[in-house]
Amino acid sequence: MTDSKYFTTTKKGEIFELKAELNSDKKEKKKEAVKKVIASMTVGKDVSALFPDVVNCMQTDNLELKKLVYLYLMNYAKSQPDMAIMAVNTFVKDCEDPNPLIRALAVRTMGCIRVDKITEYLCEPLRKCLKDEDPYVRKTAAVCVAKLHDINAQLVEDQGFLDTLKDLISDSNPMVVANAVAALSEIAESHPSSNLLDLNPQSINKLLTALNECTEWGQIFILDCLANYTPKDDREAQSICERVTPRLSHANSAVVLSAVKVLMKFMEMLSKDLDYYGTLLKKLAPPLVTLLSAEPELQYVALRNINLIVQKRPEILKHEMKVFFVKYNDPIYVKLEKLDIMIRLASQANIAQVLAELKEYATEVDVDFVRKAVRAIGRCAIKVEQSAERCVSTLLDLIQTKVNYVVQEAIVVIKDIFRKYPNKYESVIATLCENLDSLDEPEARAAMIWIVGEYAERIDNADELLESFLEGFHDESTQVQLQLLTAIVKLFLKKPTETQELVQQVLSLATQDSDNPDLRDRGYIYWRLLSTDPVAAKEVVLAEKPLISEETDLIEPTLLDELICYIGTLASVYHKPPSAFVEGGRGVVHKSLPPRTASSESTESPETAPAGAPPGEQLDVIPTQGDLLGDLLNLDLGPPVSGPPLATSSVQMGAVDLLGSGLDSLMGDEPEGIGASNFVSPPAAAVPANLGAPMGSGLSDLFDLTSGVGTLSGSYVAPKAVWLPAMKAKGLEISGTFTRQVGSISMDLQLTNKALQVMTDFAIQFNRNSFGLAPAAPLQVHAPLSPNQTVEISLPLNTVGSVMKMEPLNNLQVAVKNNIDVFYFSTLYPLHILFVEDGKMDRQMFLATWKDIPNENEAQFQIRDCPLNAEAVSSRLQSSNIFTIAKRNVEGQDMLYQSLKLTNGIWVLAELRIQPGNPSFMDLELSLKCRAPEVSQHVYQAYETILKN
Amino acid sequence: MIHSLFLINSAGDIFLEKHWKSVVSRSVCDYFFEAQERATEAENVPPVISTPHHYLLSVYRHKIFFVAVIQTEVPPLFVIEFLHRVVDTFQDYFGVCSEPVLKDNVVVVYEVLEEMLDNGFPLATESNILKELIKPPTILRTVVNTITGSTNVGDQLPTGQLSVVPWRRTGVKYTNNEAYFDVIEEIDAIIDKSGSTVTAEIQGVIDACVKLTGMPDLTLSFMNPRLLDDVSFHPCVRFKRWESERILSFIPPDGNFRLLSYHVSAQNLVAIPVYVKHNISFRDSSSLGRFEITVGPKQTMGKSIEGVTVSSQMPRGVLSMNLTPSQGTHTFDPVTKMLSWDVGKINPQKLPSLKGTVSLQAGASKPDENPTINLQFKIQQLAISGLKVNRLDMYGEKYKPFKGIKYMTKAGKFQVRT
Repeated sequence: MTDSKYFTTTKKGEIFELKAELNSDKKEKKKEAVKKVIASMTVGKDVSALFPDVVNCMQTDNLELKKLVYLYLMNYAKSQPDMAIMAVNTFVKDCEDPNPLIRALAVRTMGCIRVDKITEYLCEPLRKCLKDEDPYVRKTAAVCVAKLHDINAQLVEDQGFLDTLKDLISDSNPMVVANAVAALSEIAESHPSSNLLDLNPQSINKLLTALNECTEWGQIFILDCLANYTPKDDREAQSICERVTPRLSHANSAVVLSAVKVLMKFMEMLSKDLDYYGTLLKKLAPPLVTLLSAEPELQYVALRNINLIVQKRPEILKHEMKVFFVKYNDPIYVKLEKLDIMIRLASQANIAQVLAELKEYATEVDVDFVRKAVRAIGRCAIKVEQSAERCVSTLLDLIQTKVNYVVQEAIVVIKDIFRKYPNKYESVIATLCENLDSLDEPEARAAMIWIVGEYAERIDNADELLESFLEGFHDESTQVQLQLLTAIVKLFLKKPTETQELVQQVLSLATQDSDNPDLRDRGYIYWRLLSTDPVAAKEVVLAEKPLISEETDLIEPTLLDELICYIGTLASVYHKPPSAFVEGGRGVVHKSLPPRTASSESTESPETAPAGAPPGEQLDVIPTQGDLLGDLLNLDLGPPVSGPPLATSSVQMGAVDLLGSGLDSLMGDEPEGIGASNFVSPPAAAVPANLGAPMGSGLSDLFDLTSGVGTLSGSYVAPKAVWLPAMKAKGLEISGTFTRQVGSISMDLQLTNKALQVMTDFAIQFNRNSFGLAPAAPLQVHAPLSPNQTVEISLPLNTVGSVMKMEPLNNLQVAVKNNIDVFYFSTLYPLHILFVEDGKMDRQMFLATWKDIPNENEAQFQIRDCPLNAEAVSSRLQSSNIFTIAKRNVEGQDMLYQSLKLTNGIWVLAELRIQPGNPSFMDLELSLKCRAPEVSQHVYQAYETILKN
Repeated sequence: MIHSLFLINSAGDIFLEKHWKSVVSRSVCDYFFEAQERATEAENVPPVISTPHHYLLSVYRHKIFFVAVIQTEVPPLFVIEFLHRVVDTFQDYFGVCSEPVLKDNVVVVYEVLEEMLDNGFPLATESNILKELIKPPTILRTVVNTITGSTNVGDQLPTGQLSVVPWRRTGVKYTNNEAYFDVIEEIDAIIDKSGSTVTAEIQGVIDACVKLTGMPDLTLSFMNPRLLDDVSFHPCVRFKRWESERILSFIPPDGNFRLLSYHVSAQNLVAIPVYVKHNISFRDSSSLGRFEITVGPKQTMGKSIEGVTVSSQMPRGVLSMNLTPSQGTHTFDPVTKMLSWDVGKINPQKLPSLKGTVSLQAGASKPDENPTINLQFKIQQLAISGLKVNRLDMYGEKYKPFKGIKYMTKAGKFQVRT
């Protein structure tokens, strides 16, 4: 006899029949009927009509029947609130039952009935149960508080349940402690500010004790809670780590990963010189490896986390490369993650093995995986220089297989290898060209065209090859079109005599027949360049390209640090901070790694993020295509070509009549002269005068605009304004302003005595304010201030005072005391005094951060009638520590990308669009992105102040 | 925490749902179905799926998807571990975990799920506690219940629930006291074309079946505990004692349980007990290819290799195979292109082999990928890592138990590339 009989229906109508059975006198029949009802419920049938009949069965001694009725109640009480009240009495009675199982069951079920009217009756029984003598009841009641809080938060706070819950953290039973922690954590998540889990060394000690004795699930709650604690010094951190380490050997992988989180976070505080630090590093590897032998779903989550750990501390797993080798029957999501980690761990020591594996993978069946494997080979070549040759030959072998998608991927990565090691592997070009016809994906076509254009002088039939692509020009994707345009221009500059026709053709295709603005713009730029000054054109188009960086998809260091704090959570699976995706973003608190506060001072600088380009190289290195830079500058349609934006600003713009005169001036007037004399002239020839700006090396110049601009010391200073009128301060008048010079902020004050008596004993104090501004020295007025005398004082400030958010943000409340009285005034300081000197963000970081900040945080502002051009704007802003990171020109408008950093470490990123308004004034459009959007308004005001004065 | 659970069969029907907080509409599973459609095979459905308001975490076992719905930030491993635990519990209760069985026992399933989670927090997941709360269905009990009207829900608070040893109930009594331990090791290995080892590791477990009266306190020591440097213990093992003396000291749960699992990695040089000689070649011109496999023993410490099966996924272009085995039986499924060969025991004097020809689709080009050979085997009375139990002692009880240790080595994911 099985439960499936409960699903059979009769002719009369199921509900009717059930109703009769529920009201039967026979106990057994009743129970069977309730079972039938539950069975219908589990498969999603609506049996809510039976509510009164089922509730009538509740008063019973039969525990199974009671449980079944409770199950039913939980499901349907919400839809029948009035009826549900009928059940309350039984609940209250059950909470007094001598059997703890029934008491716990009652309090547990009551909490699941999400009906406001019932919750009121719940409070008294719950209060009793929280203090019940039986720990089983207490632990159930602890969870019930969390349930109740979800239904009616105010009620829980008013009734003081939160405090009772906090007391349970000190309970003698570890299970009760664990459940109290779990309940508090859940409540705290919806109230980030409430400071519910106020951890101190004593409570930490209790948690650590409970950790050893509670169930595996309780251990997870406690470990996650511990991870939020910041130890006061490295000794405390070490002692917590020592007590958490045994959890690494737990059979439950969630316990292991939560323990790893605690250790990774607290490790940050330990000095690397400690023996213990090394021991801990060694202990972390085996449990991580073990996670990889678990079920595939667990492996996936573990791998996503290991990906973060490897980026933060590559030393942990550097010898464990082999466990990431892919088995052919791994699920695809595991395969792709393993591959990613393999590349991160690739080094000179293990590259041979890695390559052999990757080559093996490239012959597998799954297309996505094969593609990624081929790409991985390219990434290895770029990452480990010694292996480049072997990688290239492996790629060539793969091309020989003629498997279409393998060939295409290989060509895409070979292009990147050319960028990294120019003039080294060009011998393979011939092989690549053989496969020209099989390329049908835009990315591969674009890559191939780039290669042909770049090495046009070594490919005999480059013109024919490119011409063959030109036939279907309008059917190509934009990416290919742009690449083709650039490649043909390159070809023309290299072999001008034979390819005039071709270049004419592509320019007219791009400018006249195309609807794509990007393509048209690029077409015009080349056209004008070529027509105005072919030598310059050559220098621009054929400029030496910056190298590409080795690692392309590293997570931005600040984000990585935040994610390390979220190991084992969804955030770590998505590699996004919780604020970016958790429902409602209920004020998620940003977590950060604790600073290293060694009690024994270590001189070693904090460890920098793994890999990445060494700092010295950064200017020359741009990431490979398809990455962040491309996104922002909209060049992602192909590998970055040398700078069209620069070109426009330096070439004299003709009238609008370009279409007409263009080709003529390029080709027409002196047909035989152009090719021979102008184009071929060596680059050393004098640069024509109209090429104003230095044309050094394309993109790198573009990104280093600031180096050309003289750095002024000190930012804009507003004229002094009266802050405290004499009338309000018994004759003392104070006016002043704020300045920032070479890193130090000061408040320039002018004190005037307008009273009839001498003033002495000056002192000044600031109220707590948003950025912690405080006087760095006492107010020094050397001599007494006689009537009608004025004294000028510069008061140095620092930003280490205590912080309190003010409204408005830049409000500063000041108290000045003298021998007469104490006076109060408040003033607003311009935000730019807080812009620090090292506010220039690294480009890649800028791009990553820009993408990373959600769009809601973007604020737009207009600055009208600014009397400056782009150059002047940029230099003016730089003197106030707003740094221009990149500049480009879109449709005649200059775009500046800028960054600045506030004294408290908040970064603000800006995009400034300069629209030419009337001739002498410009309209500026400012977009600001910042993780703390409230500062945007004030940053905008600072911009306006700086630019308009 | 865990909001709801949906059980979905491979046809894409939701056949059971359970909610621990408010009811989440089953339409949320549409996102899961989308992902399921995109993945070619059921195994490839990603375990974490985000939807606009919820996250779906799933495990796929016994051809059933167990999909948990969560709404806030919850450790995903916690959820996945829990789901696996749910499956294990069902298996423990009903013997098999399949759609018809779960449907037959839907009320028990529901009661068990309700007991396992409260408001999304795990409540009782130890199977011996659950079984005290809700008795597993047996034919006898069903009959008795119908006659006497008693229930299969316990009305006493399980004793283990709150004790310091939650995994053991009190008052256990046996007439025959016995404790058996199985040391089982699985070799995961990838062997490359030329026969050299790419990676090899051993996943070992010690499973116990302990039926002892009262509260016995056991210690288990090893001849070579240094092998165990990467271990995960059952919560009953006293970690301190292990750290200091390398001795397993514990009060065992009643019945079957996994005492410990361990991992011996490549650095310790894992012995590979078998080798496969293979010669699989396809030619461009002809539609016939050659196929030859021989399996032989290697480093077996004198033990014989049994239960050998060889399976291999053939390239799509393969139409049929004409093979002759020297022993055992073989099958080739022309639809899935799966070749399997049940070899049985390896006789070192006469090595088993499988030879013959492969015919390809006419006109098709030579397959790009090489088939990988998957190997299964068993070796009795050998732990390939060399792990050996030294002695087992019991304290705390007076009687003398029967003790037994068994060793076995198996192939885990053992793959040979060709």
